[in-house]
Amino acid sequence: MTETTTVTFTLNGEERSLTLEPRQNLADTIRDTCGLTGTHVGCEHGVCGACTVLMDGKAVRSCLTFAVQAQGAEIETVESLADGDTLHPLQQAFWELHGLQCGFCTPGFLMLAAGALRENPDMSDDEMRDLLSSNLCRCTGYQNIVKAARQAAEVMRGERAEA
Amino acid sequence: MKPAAFSYHRPETISDALALLAEHGDVGKIIAGGQSLVPSMNFRLARPETLIDMNAIAEIAGIEDRGDTLVIGAMTRHAAFHTPVCDGPTGAMLTRVVGNIAHYPIRQRGTFGGSLCHADPASEWCLVAATFDAAMEIHGQDGMREVGAADFFKGTFTTAVGGDELLARIHLPKLPEGWGTGFYEFSRRRGDFALAMAVAALKVEGGKIADARLGVGAVAAHGLRLETLEQALTGQPATEETIAEVAAQVPGLVKPSGDIHGSAEYRRDLAQAVVRRALNAALADCAVPA
Repeated sequence: MTETTTVTFTLNGEERSLTLEPRQNLADTIRDTCGLTGTHVGCEHGVCGACTVLMDGKAVRSCLTFAVQAQGAEIETVESLADGDTLHPLQQAFWELHGLQCGFCTPGFLMLAAGALRENPDMSDDEMRDLLSSNLCRCTGYQNIVKAARQAAEVMRGERAEA
Repeated sequence: MKPAAFSYHRPETISDALALLAEHGDVGKIIAGGQSLVPSMNFRLARPETLIDMNAIAEIAGIEDRGDTLVIGAMTRHAAFHTPVCDGPTGAMLTRVVGNIAHYPIRQRGTFGGSLCHADPASEWCLVAATFDAAMEIHGQDGMREVGAADFFKGTFTTAVGGDELLARIHLPKLPEGWGTGFYEFSRRRGDFALAMAVAALKVEGGKIADARLGVGAVAAHGLRLETLEQALTGQPATEETIAEVAAQVPGLVKPSGDIHGSAEYRRDLAQAVVRRALNAALADCAVPA
């Protein structure tokens, strides 16, 4: 029988206690075990960033973290961004500026920007472009992703009223 | 793309980790940030039967500034260096280097010590450790030993750390005030592995180079400190002409292998270019009033 272990972490504010194999990564755990399918799985080796989530407030690749390693951690996924029917400024900006085409990479980009802006709300344009180079969009819609992230940062800083 | 099954341990002290390493021997593997190990496990290039996770060992995380030395806990994340970890040239230099390590989310999880133990030829921290002669604090069942960078890096993906040992801390000598530093890396896309990179530090007095540190990476099995070129720079006029002359010697000192990203000849030329640019950056940094 395959060895299992127990892990407890907080997922979007809700405590989860799970029994799973140590080899199960955090991305699959969020999707398959916890049923939150907003987090996407692309390359499974840390390159594409579709699986990016926040772990203790930091944007990380959930495909490169085993769920057992999240013991005691606070995990946030794309499902945590909106407040009811009110979109997060990042989501709103991606919507307004067509920051997505097929949408597969979108949750990863949203969580990447959400984590980084939490750490550094005053990110320069160059820093923002460098940050967004972390993730891949196979529709190559990068220009609008940059525009959307930039607009959201302005809204979050209070420099720009929400549309 | 799923790893083979393994058993998992999460020790909270160095001694518990060492006991687990002794118990699991050859089939046990340390996981630090996992940003290189987990991809290779997902590809099943690595199939450890036991993973010993360093993430809960608080005593090897964090940085201590001891004045002339920076003591870096092995589990310190790359992202800790996004802002200067200490005053002076070394703190500034580490900040210049860190932005070249993979991408932002990888830097949130990957660790300084993990990079050193993985010993990728294109590792920025390995180059820094080699160039500035860091000492690695290795713990084993029989106690602790310190190994200098010259003896730590044995080859591609190979270090002096034994199978039953762990790297706990890195002792990085700090550059005194008055030094300027520069780093330059070339890769095909932002965040990719370096095809060549160089780190340099210069001390300029009275228009002449009074002292120099120089290293080149990604063009050999591990980062190389270029001591002969440090000596060639010392005593010469602090100019871009001096730097160009000295950098012209780099192709004769490195033996890169060719691969899909570039021929050996191209990489030798690239090594010269990155050394020149890192030195020029260090020279410009010297001119900036502190």
